[in-house]
Amino acid sequence: MQAIPMEFYLILSGILFTIGVIGVLTRRNAIIIFMSIELMLNSVNLSLVTFSSFMGDAAGEIFVFFVMAVAAAESAVGLAVILALFRKKQTVDVDKINLIKW
Amino acid sequence: MINEFILALPLLLIAIGSILVLMLDAATRNKQIVYYTSILVLLGLGISAGYTLQFDVAIIAQADKTISANTIFYGGMSAVFDIIFAMGGLLTLFASREYLQRNYKEINECYSLVLLAVVGMVVIAHSNSLIMLFLGVELMSIVFYILTGFFRNREHALEAALKYFILGSFASGFLLYGIALIYGSTGSLILSDISQQIASGNYNSIYLSIGLGLMTVGLCFKVAAFPFHQWAPDVYYGSPTAISGFLCTSGKAAALVALVVVAKNVLSVETSNVNYLLESTTARNILAGISACTMIIGNLSALAQKNVKRMLAYSSVAHAGYILMGIVACSTEGFYAVAFYCAVYLFMQVGAFAIVGFIEFRDEGNMLISDYADLRTTHPALAAAMACFMLSLAGIPPFGGFFGKYFLFVAAIKSGYLWLTLIAVVASIISMYFYIGLILTMYFKNNENPINVGKMQGTKLTVALSIIGVILLGIMPNVFYGLFNFTF
Repeated sequence: MQAIPMEFYLILSGILFTIGVIGVLTRRNAIIIFMSIELMLNSVNLSLVTFSSFMGDAAGEIFVFFVMAVAAAESAVGLAVILALFRKKQTVDVDKINLIKW
Repeated sequence: MINEFILALPLLLIAIGSILVLMLDAATRNKQIVYYTSILVLLGLGISAGYTLQFDVAIIAQADKTISANTIFYGGMSAVFDIIFAMGGLLTLFASREYLQRNYKEINECYSLVLLAVVGMVVIAHSNSLIMLFLGVELMSIVFYILTGFFRNREHALEAALKYFILGSFASGFLLYGIALIYGSTGSLILSDISQQIASGNYNSIYLSIGLGLMTVGLCFKVAAFPFHQWAPDVYYGSPTAISGFLCTSGKAAALVALVVVAKNVLSVETSNVNYLLESTTARNILAGISACTMIIGNLSALAQKNVKRMLAYSSVAHAGYILMGIVACSTEGFYAVAFYCAVYLFMQVGAFAIVGFIEFRDEGNMLISDYADLRTTHPALAAAMACFMLSLAGIPPFGGFFGKYFLFVAAIKSGYLWLTLIAVVASIISMYFYIGLILTMYFKNNENPINVGKMQGTKLTVALSIIGVILLGIMPNVFYGLFNFTF
């Protein structure tokens, strides 16, 4: 039986990352944009783990834990900002949040 | 042999100090204690970094680094940047107290947040590992999202915070993907090992090129370089004025240090590998293009602004373009020039923002350039200080801005980027128009009701220190350069 080659994991991670990028660029709901950003971070975690396990080096796997912690901190702050804005404007549609213009 | 704890003193002091300030705030709720402790912590950071500067880099390289497992870089450039960040934090604290009292209410968290952002910046400057680099960038950015939306009942501030948050974490994704690919290419996260692997040709060049490209995208976003600069004016405009000064000087300097760290270890490896040389030259040419576009676009957009805060925000985009020249040069001299310009830029921009914040009146009044007309009759000292900062930003000789640009231009020319220097000269000539224009408005335009906003208290200290810094670096740039000679 043959093991799955490394490239397959990397391609999957690349596809997930691209989906995340497209989500950020096309969706207009702040919460969905936020979910797409989380998808981007997690797809990177996949490639980190892949490299780490195929090279037999633990550093990449340790990095994944740091990334998870950072993503959690980021989501705490991000949801707080979105919540504060929703209280003020009753919407989370990024197209309707456009006071600042030059 | 030096004890590692002595070398790590700046990092330990600021990290423990910032948490201590947060605890103190919870325990006492006393504004005086928290404010003065924050100042003490930042002073401690500056002094301990100055102390580590005395050790020669060769000695530090031999020191035992078992505690940090070689993930942290000590002394030299990082100590110089520690001092710059400590200075930035101090100037911001002095200016922000009065600003908070006048415009919102004095909340102690502001001080602990500024300290935490400084921790992130110090970590970036000290990083010798991509993990540390990423953690530093994220710590700084997350704190900046909060500081931007600090006035949480103002729509402008919240909108700026949301924009900054979405685009900032989007860029972090790119930065992280770049790090993962560089790790996959070279098999290590320690930057000095990465440069060794590249030197011995033991790496995957496709992953390395893509990884470098993605990292450059992420970091250029944090620096607010063209084409990723659109968020910058909105964020600097929406956030509290005293904090905007902090975001666009210390924050920008920290992102540039991250670029310096990457460029030093990944872009300028000495090897005869033709593929690598071709790749690194391409990367530098792309950076040069980004730098040229950033300064031209930043200055041209600043020309059209009516609002002083937005004008300064766009001009800060242009200044990021100038500083990128030092990274394009990718030589020791270029990195010195980056550090020098970051220091000068800190003083002039924080000073200018402190004055704007002082003049700002209740919900963003008094912010148009026309409001500044005839400022000299009511606030002669303020007008003179603002004129100094504007002249320095434009790069007129007696002030520090001139030497900052001079060193950057020299570094760029020496590494063969004459065309970039010529574009930079054209860009600074364009920038004269709006900098000098503000001075003309303050001194020679008539205004029936010139701004009169009472006396300054703490802001005076920020403005005075900034003036001293700008003038000292302008007449004695060799003193600052002397710091490098025996450390790098």
